[in-house]
Amino acid sequence: MSARWFGAPVPRNEDPRLLAGQALFVDDVQLPGLLHAAFVRSDLAHARIRSLDLSAVRAHPGVVGAYSAEDLGDLCIAGPVLVPPPPIERLEFHARTPLPLARDRVRHVGEAIAVIVAESRYIAEDAAEAVELELEPLEPAVELEGALAPDAPLVHEDLTSNLAAHVIQEKGDYHTAREGADRVIRRRFRYDRGVSGALENRGIVAWWDPHDGRLSVWDTTQAPIPVRNALAATFGLSESQVRVIAPFIGGGFGPKIMFYGEEIILPWISLRLGRPVKWIEDRYESFFATTQEREQIHDAELAVAADGTILGVYDDFLHDTGAYDPYGLTVPINSQCTLLGPYRVPNYYSEFKVVFTNKPIVTPVRGAGRQHGVFVMERLLDAAAQELGIDRVEIRRRNYLDPDEFPHDHEILYQDSAHLTYDSGNYAPALERAATLIDYEAFPAEQRKAREDGRYVGLGIVSYVEGTGIGPYEGARVTVEPSGTVCVATGVGTQGQGHFTVFAQVVADQLGVDPAHVRVVTGDTMEFHWGTGTFASRGAVVAGNACHAAAQAVREKIFTLASHLLEVSEDDLELADGRVAVKGAPDHGFDLADLAARANPLRGAVRPGTEPGLEATSYFGPDRGSTASGVHALILEVDPETALVKILRYVVVHDCGVVINPTIVEGQIHGGVALGIGNAFYEQLHFDESGQLSNASFMDYLLPTASEIPPIQTEHIETPSPLNPLGVKGVGEAGAIPVAAAFAQAVENALAPLGIEVLEIPLSPQRLFDLLERVGVESRELGGLGGPGRAGDPAKAAEDAP
Amino acid sequence: MKPPPFEYVAPSSLEEVLAQLEEGGFDARPLAGGQSLIPMLNFRLARPSILIDLNGVEELSFLRSSEDGSVRIGAMTRQRAVERSAEVARAAPLLAEALGHVAHPQIRNRGTLGGSIAHADPASELPAVMLVLQARFRVAGVSGERWIPAAEFFFGPFMAALDPGELLVEIEVPAREHGEGWAFEEVARRSGDYALVGVAAQVRVDADGVCQRASLGYVNAAPTASLAPTASEILVGEVPTSERIAEAARTAAGDDCDPPSDIHASHVYRRRLADVLTRRALDRAFARAAEVHEP
Repeated sequence: MSARWFGAPVPRNEDPRLLAGQALFVDDVQLPGLLHAAFVRSDLAHARIRSLDLSAVRAHPGVVGAYSAEDLGDLCIAGPVLVPPPPIERLEFHARTPLPLARDRVRHVGEAIAVIVAESRYIAEDAAEAVELELEPLEPAVELEGALAPDAPLVHEDLTSNLAAHVIQEKGDYHTAREGADRVIRRRFRYDRGVSGALENRGIVAWWDPHDGRLSVWDTTQAPIPVRNALAATFGLSESQVRVIAPFIGGGFGPKIMFYGEEIILPWISLRLGRPVKWIEDRYESFFATTQEREQIHDAELAVAADGTILGVYDDFLHDTGAYDPYGLTVPINSQCTLLGPYRVPNYYSEFKVVFTNKPIVTPVRGAGRQHGVFVMERLLDAAAQELGIDRVEIRRRNYLDPDEFPHDHEILYQDSAHLTYDSGNYAPALERAATLIDYEAFPAEQRKAREDGRYVGLGIVSYVEGTGIGPYEGARVTVEPSGTVCVATGVGTQGQGHFTVFAQVVADQLGVDPAHVRVVTGDTMEFHWGTGTFASRGAVVAGNACHAAAQAVREKIFTLASHLLEVSEDDLELADGRVAVKGAPDHGFDLADLAARANPLRGAVRPGTEPGLEATSYFGPDRGSTASGVHALILEVDPETALVKILRYVVVHDCGVVINPTIVEGQIHGGVALGIGNAFYEQLHFDESGQLSNASFMDYLLPTASEIPPIQTEHIETPSPLNPLGVKGVGEAGAIPVAAAFAQAVENALAPLGIEVLEIPLSPQRLFDLLERVGVESRELGGLGGPGRAGDPAKAAEDAP
Repeated sequence: MKPPPFEYVAPSSLEEVLAQLEEGGFDARPLAGGQSLIPMLNFRLARPSILIDLNGVEELSFLRSSEDGSVRIGAMTRQRAVERSAEVARAAPLLAEALGHVAHPQIRNRGTLGGSIAHADPASELPAVMLVLQARFRVAGVSGERWIPAAEFFFGPFMAALDPGELLVEIEVPAREHGEGWAFEEVARRSGDYALVGVAAQVRVDADGVCQRASLGYVNAAPTASLAPTASEILVGEVPTSERIAEAARTAAGDDCDPPSDIHASHVYRRRLADVLTRRALDRAFARAAEVHEP
């Protein structure tokens, strides 16, 4: 079979609808009698609910209902832990998940306390001002380290501390390795909190239709099937009575994989009132009500030999989970596992504590903890290169796993409870290619020349791996209709990734049709109701291979039926351009449309055991995740007088296995890099000591815009995954993961003579200013900065080494 | 993020606007370009009883030169129109240059000159520029009108010298004098953001290269748009050498400015920015002024 479409930069099937405004988003859903909900949320980070009176709200003209935890009754129970922790020895984990509406206590600003249902959202918000709510303020635990202090206020009063989890994973014997090290690098790293910042916030429309006996829910979820299953169980309905539709969604980025209280409350309201009801999260409440990520503090050590060989890594870190931990340990385990990167690390000790704080809940956001691991490891390697006088590219190359070392078992458990085992990889070519593309060899001269002109340019180059494409499974159904149209249905939700195109490409090659004529349906439980969702960079890997398997099965049916009808051997048939025919005799055959009609006769007899139609459903579940990898390199310019940084060039050489569609892969990388640049320099949630968020708007929370994103040059290296027939690996999160590490290295390199170290992300201009102040740079003394940088300059670095 | 209830009127004449403003009193708010007011409504930070939409009042939208060379601009003239105006480029190029830093083109297409000035946001570019340009504002009420110099207009954060019932209707910008140079510098986190600090400079030198006038206006360096009189004194009557410019910049940042601290920048960092930006602005402004006298 020829791969005509697989690997081609096919234009996206979904774009005409998206660009013409014809795609359905949740807020586009209009139904007769639609009601609108608004939530009353806590203004305080930690408080006891003394009293709540909704009678004035209910009396407000246009209000149809107003409900508290008490009204929810038995439904007001803590939700499940969505991802139970892996079976790690000695693991300590305290599950505390939120109620749909807070009952006695609120534990973060924005926690929902009541819901108001009215004829319009305007009325609902007006009525919210009439809520009589008495909150008794409690001292909050806000700061991550402080929350573990013995006298810290307890987020959960039934626990003895704010420790949510404690995990140790070990490989080899770090302490012995350390004793044999020529040098031990020790640093403290900090990574702050941000939001996912999806263009579309969350939204739900729920409609209980008593005539049909069906609950329909349009939901911005990344996991429509688990939502359906949960709703059926919650309301005592058959799963076939609940239809969850995840239509087009303006970005998922992880938080939409969560199962939120609103997803129970909206259907409950519709069941109670018999009318459809809509809630669209507004941008303000999104800053509190949608999960967030990234606050960690690492105390890490790298033990190295004089030649830069990694002997061992030690890491002890704190992870802020916010007020609850409904997503288990996925984020810190990703940090723990991803830290190892593409390197040979014989000895590893990693310990983390997950901490409850009175802040919004933390669950995976694009990258999902991987950023931290990469940041810590890459920064340690940079420091080691500096101290040992080894070129920063060289120290990475020396420690890469070789292509013949795969599969490589790191002997610790990954988020999917399987051993962290890299399936395949070939790291050195990506590094060399990235170094070439960024002109690594020529850069020191360029840098010197810039300094002579009073400009401070720096280069960063870092490596990473990304665990992708984890199980358990996804499924797909492929159908050739009597019209000749090929339909693909799969259970994963889509949030802009290009599923309508890549799944079509996978199927088109099997069935000899044009992908533009393949209709793909995702995220509608009426269309397909087995599966888990879109997360962990797994859509193309898991659902893509399910589509492939289903298309193969349909292809077999086509050949079997055509062989029977044409009375020739299957070996004598070929399938191309929508037609199956005898090789060398194209007139002797059937168009797929015709064959599909013949596969579904309306009268007469068929052979026993015949399945109607040209249709098949298949599933794919990998043994474990596949490991993508890559190298990012950038050049930036720092203005030390103003502490502003401008990225001039950005290069990504990326390996996500076999590429289905290079344009889509590049788009994923571009978006990821933009998110990474936001994390590295612009985005930070500022909580004050009372747990209030000071910048809950896009005026003060600084998402990078197109103006802040440099041109990004991408190249692909293809190391197939042996874990799936297509050989693909995930790419959804890759772009976002190593940006901060590359950015930090480049800023240090630009300011090399000053010897500043970037150990905190985001490196906001304020933080950079503070670093410059600390090393005592007066703007007028910058003239003395000239000369080549230390990083990347082995001779100079060796001189400076203690 | 839905606004609280309010009444809405859209008069077509200034007379009707003023009558509505008078009647509405303290709770009435005029709606110009809406680039600040609408977000404030949606956050329920502004709760006007009545919103008087000025967008249908054609007589408030004009831009023309007077015989004395000054430019007269109707309060409802869009910022983008002012930015691209040939009259403004001739008479007040500082204004055109500064407008390039006001948010994004889409916002300037909608935002008005008068709306931004009357809003008196200390983080906005236009109030500082108006101070440096020594602009005058015509304000009108039902009982008549008066002119207010820019120097007497901004007296606190979001506080302008408008009485209830009064509306800013016109901005008069005097023409640049011979030998004047100008520059606008700011540092913003992202392109189009509010400046962490911004500086508007306009200077004049005589044929001997001696500074005759040096006016420095600051964005986000004090509770309101502000000038730097101490720094100006260091420059006037002197040849603006780089040492003198550096001294003036240090003085402006250290003595004239009193910048706020917030999540984006500390007081200390803003002072540094005021210093650096003042020096950069003065360098460019004096270079431009010197060009006039070049043979």
